[in-house]
Formats: sequence, structure tokens, C-alpha cells
Amino acid sequence: MDTTSEPEGRGTPVGRRVVLGMLGLGAAGVAAGPFLQRGVDSFLGAAAGKDPTGLTGLLPGGGGFRYYSVADSVPHRGEADYRLTVDGLVDRPGSYRLADLRALPQDRLVRDVQCVTGWRVPRTPFEGVRLSRLLDAAGVRPGAHAVRFTCFDGAYSESLTLEQARRPDVLVALRMQDAAIGHAHGGPVRLYVAPMYFYKSAKWLSGITVTDRVRPGYWEQYGYDVDAWVGRSNGRDDAPTA
Amino acid sequence: MPRQPDAPGPGPDAAPPGGRLRRFTAAERWVHRSTAALMGLCLVTAACLYLPPLAELVGRRRLVVTVHEWSGILLPLPVLAGLASRAFRADLRLLNRFGPHDRQWLRSALRRHWERPAGKFNAGQKLYASWTAGAALVMVGTGLLMWFPHLAPLVWRTGATFVHDWLALAVAAVVAGHLWMASRDPEARLGMRTGTVSPGWAAREHPLWAARERAARERAAAGRDAPDAPERPAPDQPRSRSSR
Repeated sequence: MDTTSEPEGRGTPVGRRVVLGMLGLGAAGVAAGPFLQRGVDSFLGAAAGKDPTGLTGLLPGGGGFRYYSVADSVPHRGEADYRLTVDGLVDRPGSYRLADLRALPQDRLVRDVQCVTGWRVPRTPFEGVRLSRLLDAAGVRPGAHAVRFTCFDGAYSESLTLEQARRPDVLVALRMQDAAIGHAHGGPVRLYVAPMYFYKSAKWLSGITVTDRVRPGYWEQYGYDVDAWVGRSNGRDDAPTA
Repeated sequence: MPRQPDAPGPGPDAAPPGGRLRRFTAAERWVHRSTAALMGLCLVTAACLYLPPLAELVGRRRLVVTVHEWSGILLPLPVLAGLASRAFRADLRLLNRFGPHDRQWLRSALRRHWERPAGKFNAGQKLYASWTAGAALVMVGTGLLMWFPHLAPLVWRTGATFVHDWLALAVAAVVAGHLWMASRDPEARLGMRTGTVSPGWAAREHPLWAARERAARERAAAGRDAPDAPERPAPDQPRSRSSR
């Protein structure tokens, strides 16, 4: 066979078929994705328990938390310099040190954590003070309808309606997974809103302000739902966490 | 013999100096360069969004998301702009079509034989080009579904996230393979950087292309030496001669 006299650029259009094949596989993957993702989740969930390297945690749906921060750098706060202020439409504005928060009655909740980007961490214990207890201590004035949360990363903010904020499964959390909350997870104090997507559970919590109306938080200004019930918002159908 | 007044000057088709072979035009090199830069941005920002240690190091999530979205959506642009170049369109055609020598190349590659005939692009390069092109389109499509959550029903979005996550891992692995191959072949990198390659490299890596280039060069040289020789056969005469 004399291939050199054969002009190149003739022959089977394999390249085009590969491109079209990839598009077809992609469409099939989108259609079958929800079903496949459940299978992968359960497989990797089981594998992650027996994986000493932690590499399964890097795979999609591999279980475990992912670190999200919107700020360029986040300062560390501890016993000496951490303060949680409560102000706004309240009779008794105030501020709490870590020791003050620890001295209050603690609640423990064990629920799944569901992120709006898809990952889910099953049965994660959180411990802390019920937000409703801090609100009652401050004395919410009539005319207040919402609570705004600010963070010492200097950028993040969140919000809840007063009704949502008073739920028994909303905590000002000091402990997570039965240990003090580390810096990467939003320590020393973070919000924990069990029934909602995890972006509502603001990390590095430093301010609670009672307001007359809901002011959308950081991600909500970029299109995330304000009422972020797991399974009923953000165009997702995850199993509810509370 | 004096040169003809209308002899072709050193235009884009002129032979490069030093006996080197022209492999890529400036337009093609810019298509490659811009696509590589956008793909690099996509992969680096994806890693910063996805790998917890990197995410902790970088933070600035909103900025990283924005860079990722825009470098992703712009990824097909250099290729589309490249369609204006005749040389680029010709190379796309070469990448698309598989001849008998490509099948032999794939068989040899699978059996680790070294008899691997190749035209301007070998079969592996052709498969890489078409696979990444298809994968990039799928990534753009699924990325748009995630970027605009209210664009489509929610089950589509779950599926899109699934495909985007897993295909990203595959793309990262395949691009890493591409970089690894390039790291072992300085002359191939020189070809992409300067546009020309040595005849020895071409004969070794792309023998069919090198032979055709040599034949074309000889024809051109013969044509310049005797432009009005009546006995010279027309260069485009169909199947006029075989090089073997």
C-alpha cells in the first residue's frame, strides 16, 4: 500500500464521530446523573470509611466537608478576642465572650449537612446555644421581623426571618463533630441552621442584628434563595435534613 | 538565469530558512496558545474551588467562581476565531479524517510497537483533539446549566453537576497526559512555539507528512529552476507519480 501518495484529509471522519459521541454521552450522563450520583454516593460513602489515604474525599460525592470562603483571608479569634454582639431592634444589646456562651445551656443536634453544591455529610453532631435563647435574653422589640448575621471574615452575611430564627434546630454552634469548631469550619463560633442549605450556617459568626425586614445575605445577592429549605429551594430535590 | 519578475516573494507559504519545515502558522499558534491559557485558567480555578487545601489557601470564592465561569464559556472562542484561517481549517480536516495508517498507528500503540506511520498528526493526536473538543462542549453545556440554575428543570441540574464533576477529573487527567507528552518532546514544543520543525524530527515522528512536504518542496524548486520548461509534467496531474 502506498500511503504517501494518498492525499491526507481523506478517510473516515472519526474525529467528528468522537465529538458527537462525547456530546451524546454528556446528554446521557445528564439524564442518568441523578440515578448514577446516588450509586456513586453510596459506593464512595462506604469506601471512604475504609480509606486511610483520604483520597476518596477528593472525588465528587466522596463525602466530607468542602472549604468555602468568600474572603481573601480570615483572621483567627480565640478566648481573648472573640466577641459575639447582639444588637438592632432589641431592648438589651450586648456581647458574649466564648466563656459566656459556654456558660449557657447547650443543645446537641445530629442531622445531615447538605450543601447547595451537592455534597452531603451524614449525621454530623453540632452543639451550642439555641439562637432563640440569645434573642429572648436581648428582648426583641415589636416591629422586628428578621435577623441579620455578620461574620468576622469581613465579607459574609446571612439572614433569617424571626420565625425561622426561633426554631429549636437553629443554633449558635460552639462544637461540631464533638470537638471545638476549628478555624476552617468557621470556628470558634458559627451559625447552624439545620433545616436549610449549609450556606445559611454562616461561619465565623460575630454579629446578630435584629432588623425590621430580611436583608439578603452574601450568596443571596448572587441568586441563591433566601428561604433555603433543603429539598425545597435553589432548584434542588435533596432529602430534607430536618 | 535571471529571476522572473513575477516570481513569488517570501509570502506565508515561503519555505522557512535553514531547511526547516513549516508546521503551524501564526494564527494556528495563537489558537493553541489562547485555548491553552483558557483551559489552564479553568483547571486551576476548578482546583481552587474543589480541593479543600487549595480552597483554604486561596479563599475569594466569588472571584474564583467568576474567573472559572468566564474562562469556561470563552473556551471555544479561539477555535471559532481560528476558522477564519485557511491553514487552521485544513488542519481541522486532517484531524478529523482517519486513514489506514492511523489504524496501524493505534494498533502499534496498543501493542507497544514502534512502527507508527503518521501524517501531519498521528492517530493519538487526532483522538486527543476530538475528545477534548467534545469534552469541552459538554463542560460548557453542563456548566451553563449550573451557572443559571433556573434555566432548566432541577433534575437536569443534578445530572449536569454529576457530569461536570466527573468529566472535569477526566479532562484534567487527559490534559496532564498532553502536557507530559509535550514535556518529553522539545522539538514538538519548538514547533508549537516557532511554527517550524527540523526535517529529521518530521521524518521520525510524522514520516508521511515529511515525505509529502519534501516532494512539494522539490516540485517547487524544479518549478523555480525551469519555469518555462515545456517537458515538465504538470504538478497537479492526477496520480502522476508515486513517491515509491
